[in-house]
Amino acid sequence: MTHTKNDFLHSLWDFFCSLKLTMALLIGLALISIIGTIIPQGNLPPEYVQQISPAKLKLYTSLGFFDMYHSWWFILLLYLLTVNLVACSIKRLPHIWKIIKNPVTIFDSSLEKSLPGVVSFPHKDGAAIAKDKVAEVLKSEFAAPLVTEAEGGWHLFAQKTPWCRLAVYCVHLSVIIIFIGAIIGSAFGYKGFVTIMEGETVSKVMSRSNKEIDLGFSLRCEQFSVTHYPSGAPKEFKSILTVLENGQPVPDYTNARVIVNDPLNYKGITFYQSSYGNAGNYFFTVTDLNGKNPVSLTVAGQASVNLPDGSSMHVIEATKDVSQFAAGLTGPAAQVELHAPNGKTESFVVYANHPELNIQHAQQHGSGPVIHYRGAQERMYTGLQVAKDPGVEVVWLGCLLMVVGIYAAFFMSHRRVWVRIQNGAVTIGGNASKNQAGFQLFMERLASKLKTDLSGEEKP
Amino acid sequence: MTSSLLFNVTTFAYLISMLLFFAFLASRTKVLGTAGMLAAYAGLLAQTVAIGLRWKESYDLGVGHAPLSNLYESVVFFAWTIVLIYALLDIKYRYRVIGAFVMPFALLGMAWAQLGLNTGIEPLVPALQSNWLLYHVITCFLGYAAFAVACGISIMYLIKAACESGGECSSGGIMAMFPPIKVLDDLNYRAIMVGFPLLTLGIITGAAWANYAWGTYWSWDPKETWSLIVWFVYAAFLHARFTRGWVGKRAAWLSIIGFAATIFCYLGVNLFLSGLHSYGGGK
Ligand code: HEM
Repeated sequence: MTHTKNDFLHSLWDFFCSLKLTMALLIGLALISIIGTIIPQGNLPPEYVQQISPAKLKLYTSLGFFDMYHSWWFILLLYLLTVNLVACSIKRLPHIWKIIKNPVTIFDSSLEKSLPGVVSFPHKDGAAIAKDKVAEVLKSEFAAPLVTEAEGGWHLFAQKTPWCRLAVYCVHLSVIIIFIGAIIGSAFGYKGFVTIMEGETVSKVMSRSNKEIDLGFSLRCEQFSVTHYPSGAPKEFKSILTVLENGQPVPDYTNARVIVNDPLNYKGITFYQSSYGNAGNYFFTVTDLNGKNPVSLTVAGQASVNLPDGSSMHVIEATKDVSQFAAGLTGPAAQVELHAPNGKTESFVVYANHPELNIQHAQQHGSGPVIHYRGAQERMYTGLQVAKDPGVEVVWLGCLLMVVGIYAAFFMSHRRVWVRIQNGAVTIGGNASKNQAGFQLFMERLASKLKTDLSGEEKP
Repeated sequence: MTSSLLFNVTTFAYLISMLLFFAFLASRTKVLGTAGMLAAYAGLLAQTVAIGLRWKESYDLGVGHAPLSNLYESVVFFAWTIVLIYALLDIKYRYRVIGAFVMPFALLGMAWAQLGLNTGIEPLVPALQSNWLLYHVITCFLGYAAFAVACGISIMYLIKAACESGGECSSGGIMAMFPPIKVLDDLNYRAIMVGFPLLTLGIITGAAWANYAWGTYWSWDPKETWSLIVWFVYAAFLHARFTRGWVGKRAAWLSIIGFAATIFCYLGVNLFLSGLHSYGGGK
């Protein structure tokens, strides 16, 4: 009974130590991740819900396809990867540790057989003198050697950067550290959103899961502005914000500027410029086609109003100066959307300084009312993304470790050189964990230098 | 002189270079290989100057920014990095034939950019006004370029391996010009050893930028996810050499699949999927 249990544990352990599992997990993760780039994630757009059949919708929902990167099976794969990583490391690390801590310092014949390109030549002076000469050359050309007397000869061992064998484990550890950072972030942080009118103050934000979160301080929007390039493309969205503690402005956080790519951070909570709008009033005058029966209309922000003829209208966008969009025109203009009683919808621009254009538009479209824009009382609001993520530093630490680790794993090499002086001969061999070809060249140079120094041959 | 003239010169030089490499492959005349390499170097030089000029021209227009802001500029930069990485490989290892399998990628990029894309210099939208753009784009594209070179080498590997296992490999044929398959395998690994750290840095700088600008270092946006997919594929490649049954041909296929995923990450995502990244939005 215990026997089969041990067998089972044993094969489970082997399963988790296997690099075939690593290959399967990495390729599996790559393939599975594709799903979430094809199927929309999070809040589904209504058009998508309309085009997909209800059966499919139900199936995908139950499989977690609409939030697949948080689904149990995706997380399970990440856990498997972690277990695989840890198991592989536990299995191999002691061996690597031994290579670093207890290097083989005796150059015996079995080691000699395992090394490529071992060179041997006779030496002239006594063994002790030869040993000192070799030690000197190794020290100046490579690294200070460890000298041992054994088996009736001298054994010299020198090595460089043994610790870079640990780099791979650093990389693997970094993956786990990044996971830990992500877990901390999702457990103790949140993402939210808030809109603030110019001049108003908020102390609560709405999280993505629609929970109200108390900031613990207040935030006032002093001003919001948009600037444009000459072409009319937006150049900068800017909020001026003030942080208040107990109703008092905090000195370093008064009139702070927040633009896209330059957020405000206070007490671990960060505010990002994300959207904006006008919640002020727009003023219009509506008349008949022949200019009779003028009616004043006030449209509040995004709201919709009813016109005398039964159609309804709302403002899409407005500007104080239309000249930057339309050459030859001046003054305020508004783009409005009109829903006629017969269900027709059209969107067009009306002007303050060009009533003739407003009339022309109405006449071209037959009977509708003439709409004149009079201007707006602007009241901008700013939309801020709010984020708190106490795990982010841990993630950066993991990233740093990963980059340093990958560099060391790829571009540094553990190089070892052994020399044996025995029976009147010098034998030299070595190996490297990376770039063997380059190391072989180095070994050839080293051997030929030792040969000229020790065998008494003249340099050619 | 204008940058657009120089970009045309570049495209032409890459075309000549590719044709010379093909002729070299067909005729096995050594001087043709050298000439192909010289044409590639000349193109690289012209392109370097052209990119610098375009940078300066953007300042003359009053919208100064590094020339990495739209699809055209990124494709041009991609072609530049491919030739750069190939030139470094040539200086170090001198296997001229590889040019015949790498220059077509650079030429394809330049030809598409010059003939098919909008070449205008535009001002930066607010979302791109950040130094992170520079770090992010440069590291990503250098990584992509190393993968392009690795893909070319993998194709050579598969051709040579197929020919050797088929036993129809005459010792005097074109195949004799290919490096031995062990060397190709090693070069493939070395190219990916350059590309993988760069891609890793590219993903990290992207995450750092996203965190700085939006407050989330990772939001599973399709482009981010595809870059992770590419990263998984090359991580698998790196582990393949330790795994029985995965060395050789399978590893070469992983490298080719990795590059296909890279191209999808770069272009396909924008053409077929929607997301936060701005290149190739088609506007
Ligand atoms: C399931 C997860 C993983 C396992 C079990 C695993 C295991 C291993 C093992 C056993 C080695 C060989 C070490 C040696 O003897 O030299 C290795 C190398 C390596 N691993 Fe992983 N690994 C995993 C995931 C990753 C990931 C996600 C990365 C991402 C960066 C990574 C990066 C590396 C690198 C860079 C090397 C060195 C490759 C080389 O020197 O050619 N590993 N891994």
